[in-house]
Amino acid sequence: MADISKEYKTISQIAGPLVYVKNTEPVGYKEMVNIRLSDGSMRRGQVLDSSGDIVVVQVFEGTSGIDKDASVRFLGETMKMPVSKDMLGRILSGSGKPLDGGADIVPEDEREILGAAINPWARDSPSDFIQTGISTIDGMNTLVRGQKLPIFSASGLPHNEIALQIARQAKVRGENEEFAVVFIAMGITNEEKQMFMKEFERTGALKNAVVFLNLADDPAVERTLTPRLGLTTAEYMAFDLGMQVLVIMTDITNYCEALRQIGAAREEVPGRRGYPGYMYTDLAQLYERAGRIKGKKGSITQIPILSMPGGDITHPIPDLSGYITEGQIVLSMDLHRNGIYPPINVSSSLSRLMGGGTGEGKTREDHKGVSDQLYAAYAEGKDLRGLVAIVGKDSLSEMDRKLLDFADVFEDRFVRQGPEEDRSIEQTLDLGWELFTNLDLEQITKISRKYIEKYMPKKE
Amino acid sequence: MSTEGVIYRVAGPVVTATGISPKMYDVVHVGNEQLMGEVIKIVGEYSIIQVYEDTDGIKPGEPVTNTGRPLSVELGPGLLTSVYDGIQRPLPILREKMGDYIYRGVSAPGLDHSKKWDFVPTAKTGDVVSEGEVIGTVQEGPIVHKIMVPIGIKNAKVENIKSGSFTIDETVATIGGKDVPMVQYWPVRNPRPVSEKYQPDIPLVTGLRVLDTMFPLAKGGAAAIPGAFGTGKTVTQQSLAKYSDAEIVVYIGCGERGNEMTEVLTEFPELKDPRTGESLMKRTVLIANTSNMPVAAREASVYTGMTIAEYFRDMGYNVALMADSTSRWAEAMREISSRLEEMPGEEGYPAYLAGRLSEFYERAARAKALCGLDGSVSVIGAVSPPGGDLSEPVTQNTLRIVRVFWALDTKLRERRHFPTINWLTSYTMYDRQLQAWFKQNVADDFPALKAWAMKTLQKEAELQEVVQMVGSDSLPDEQKVTLEIAKMIREIFLQQNAYHPVDCYCPLPRQYKMLTLIKKYSDLAEKALVSGAQVDKIVHLPVRTRFNQSKYEENVDEELAGVEADMDSQFAALGA
Repeated sequence: MADISKEYKTISQIAGPLVYVKNTEPVGYKEMVNIRLSDGSMRRGQVLDSSGDIVVVQVFEGTSGIDKDASVRFLGETMKMPVSKDMLGRILSGSGKPLDGGADIVPEDEREILGAAINPWARDSPSDFIQTGISTIDGMNTLVRGQKLPIFSASGLPHNEIALQIARQAKVRGENEEFAVVFIAMGITNEEKQMFMKEFERTGALKNAVVFLNLADDPAVERTLTPRLGLTTAEYMAFDLGMQVLVIMTDITNYCEALRQIGAAREEVPGRRGYPGYMYTDLAQLYERAGRIKGKKGSITQIPILSMPGGDITHPIPDLSGYITEGQIVLSMDLHRNGIYPPINVSSSLSRLMGGGTGEGKTREDHKGVSDQLYAAYAEGKDLRGLVAIVGKDSLSEMDRKLLDFADVFEDRFVRQGPEEDRSIEQTLDLGWELFTNLDLEQITKISRKYIEKYMPKKE
Repeated sequence: MSTEGVIYRVAGPVVTATGISPKMYDVVHVGNEQLMGEVIKIVGEYSIIQVYEDTDGIKPGEPVTNTGRPLSVELGPGLLTSVYDGIQRPLPILREKMGDYIYRGVSAPGLDHSKKWDFVPTAKTGDVVSEGEVIGTVQEGPIVHKIMVPIGIKNAKVENIKSGSFTIDETVATIGGKDVPMVQYWPVRNPRPVSEKYQPDIPLVTGLRVLDTMFPLAKGGAAAIPGAFGTGKTVTQQSLAKYSDAEIVVYIGCGERGNEMTEVLTEFPELKDPRTGESLMKRTVLIANTSNMPVAAREASVYTGMTIAEYFRDMGYNVALMADSTSRWAEAMREISSRLEEMPGEEGYPAYLAGRLSEFYERAARAKALCGLDGSVSVIGAVSPPGGDLSEPVTQNTLRIVRVFWALDTKLRERRHFPTINWLTSYTMYDRQLQAWFKQNVADDFPALKAWAMKTLQKEAELQEVVQMVGSDSLPDEQKVTLEIAKMIREIFLQQNAYHPVDCYCPLPRQYKMLTLIKKYSDLAEKALVSGAQVDKIVHLPVRTRFNQSKYEENVDEELAGVEADMDSQFAALGA
């Protein structure tokens, strides 16, 4: 162990968020560091590279004001987060300090923020439905406890409203389940911060939530810590307290920008589009903290939100995310321009774990059939729009015309819903059946006959 | 030669040590906690080590020990049913030792060293044996695990051979003065030797219609499944693992999602082996290294899996090795290479990417093993091209090596057409080599039938372009029929539900029957058209609904017979 009372005044170089210290005793990789400035103020940091000659420290709050006379103290341990059940109902900063004017958190325990990997053998497969109250998600891209299902958005789309709506409406069905939301905002503007704080308080959603807000003008290094603090809190609630925890993280793109900024400051060899080569592993270390553990009651479900730069789904951030998460909800500018909220494009959305959380005993027996049929009919109807643009509606057959109309009605009634409208899964499925009445029976090929007889509304 | 040294520098998973003078790829133990690592670069007195575990808190000055051996796996009875991480640590034992999370510094041997196995000798005292030859067997679940003479022993006399119950470390035979236990060690980065590699001319039967009939893979061949995320790649690979006719399945989850790995881990033990009726797990080895587990172990995981696969091939078994995904493996290489500050090649991947990929795929083969039996390792490697862009380096380098390409398609997924293998862009280069086998084992006209189906689908694609322009009403009648027949091929034959209890596995004779019936419909429709029946009636016969549904019925083969009878009578009623 290094002598933790020892202070070094041997800073040899300062560059970006990094401070280089020489002639130290052996220092551990990722060890925490305190830096005392000449004016007496303190900064915190972490060891990024430790060798016999030089130690590189990444300073969380930025290096402005640090000079070569600052003294550096190594704390002999890696970063920990105090956790407590009393965090519910609190709004915290990106570094975990109260923003709501309340008292400091009295910790029940302290946890390493990096989090170890869950042993795949200890994982339990996700199989319980979470209702978000949004038809396109519940009905067609069902979210399941322990899943990580990102929302792919773009600038100008209402992803923050959707995030709030989900945070407000999400519920697990079943008796005696405690539900909590951990809301992690990264790199948001002050205006957005005000909106989030106000909305959480106004709607009463705050009482079951812990909110972390890292602002756009907070240092980049803090942004890389915020989700880890939030997830550490979520793990404590899920696997120690047995709660069903939904973690909403917005905006992952800001997080990745921070990674890139730090990577560049460290003069690393950049990967695609300048993002660090380890971004995949780094994102996996966030996303893979979702899940369930055998023999534990709680679960962590994640909805990370990311805005695709330029709406490009092949950009490294959505691309790498998509490989780690279990599906994606894609927002569409076209729907948004047509005034449809939430502008969820079901055709390119997918929930990979939907099968495990739907059907008899979970949602309803006809769920899969309804979902498949909605997908198929909507896809065919959308294709016909292209054709109609060329040859006109008149040349369509009667059947095709029904599909074409179906696509319009689907967007208008099934996709569209109010920001305060909370639909139960039964309402969603019944709405689907109502739409099927516009089709010929012959066109309903994805649902077995017994469900058609049971659920199809009878025509007068 | 010194084996003890100290850490000089720690930067993430890359540790620099001094004082050891290792060979390249020697395994070393790093730090007070003895973390496992591998020497990947030697610069003067400095050895650069990639560490398989988290290095947080490790300090310069801590000790480093060189084991003097390269990264090896333990091979012997007990491999089957195992679930390992990338460096052959059994995950269930890790859980017992350290709970639900994987912390570092825990070592666990790949095989159980205390369990006793019944060894039945097949060689006798006085026999002269060489490396790879079988000297005895152990019954391991449904599989006869053959104990082979370790590599390196040639023309040696069996001086003593025992029979009875032994642990894997106990001597079962003495050969040429050497005590031979059941366990063997093999360095994972070196291919195991065979006596002769064959031309692949037997298909790997998978029960998936689109693969077996349209794009078959030969035993000992290699196939790539590229697909952007969300195209159903993982599902396809899992059904392959479940239903292909290889005796042994090695499944490498390399950088996989934790939840999907769990699905594999929970489903495999529950799955009934279609042939033995026992749990599929009994002939499976799973390797799970999820994306958040240490990157260096991910890099090693494909070699660990391949070595285990080769070991079973050497006993004369057919092994199917699934690697999901090789892109994650390539990314691990890239990440480590960038930590080493190597000069990056295309898109930041190391310049040796192509070399490593071909070395890996070259280990797939059908071969005469040293024991004299034929065995094979077929590799099905998933690649995950960023944004579905097939021109990226990992996909391109893979396609240069493999001969089968199962193209997954996002568009098909949007239409809920599963498996999402695109029939127009996929290919197999084994067609010609496998033709003889199909003729002999399925039906003489099977290759011709397949060619007809492919042609019909191709025709459909061409007609669709016309339909896009002018609408389907303006097509001549016979082309309308062609479109409907192609639709039948797609919906009845190509679409298959991996989760359906009946449809999940379709034996070759049934595949043949289904395709024959579609062809029959086509022929009858053509005749009916000539004799003046209305095209609308021809393509909308009630039998189509029954045909569509037939594959989901429990008595599917009877249903198909019923479909044929209906078809005959309904066409007859049309007056054809």
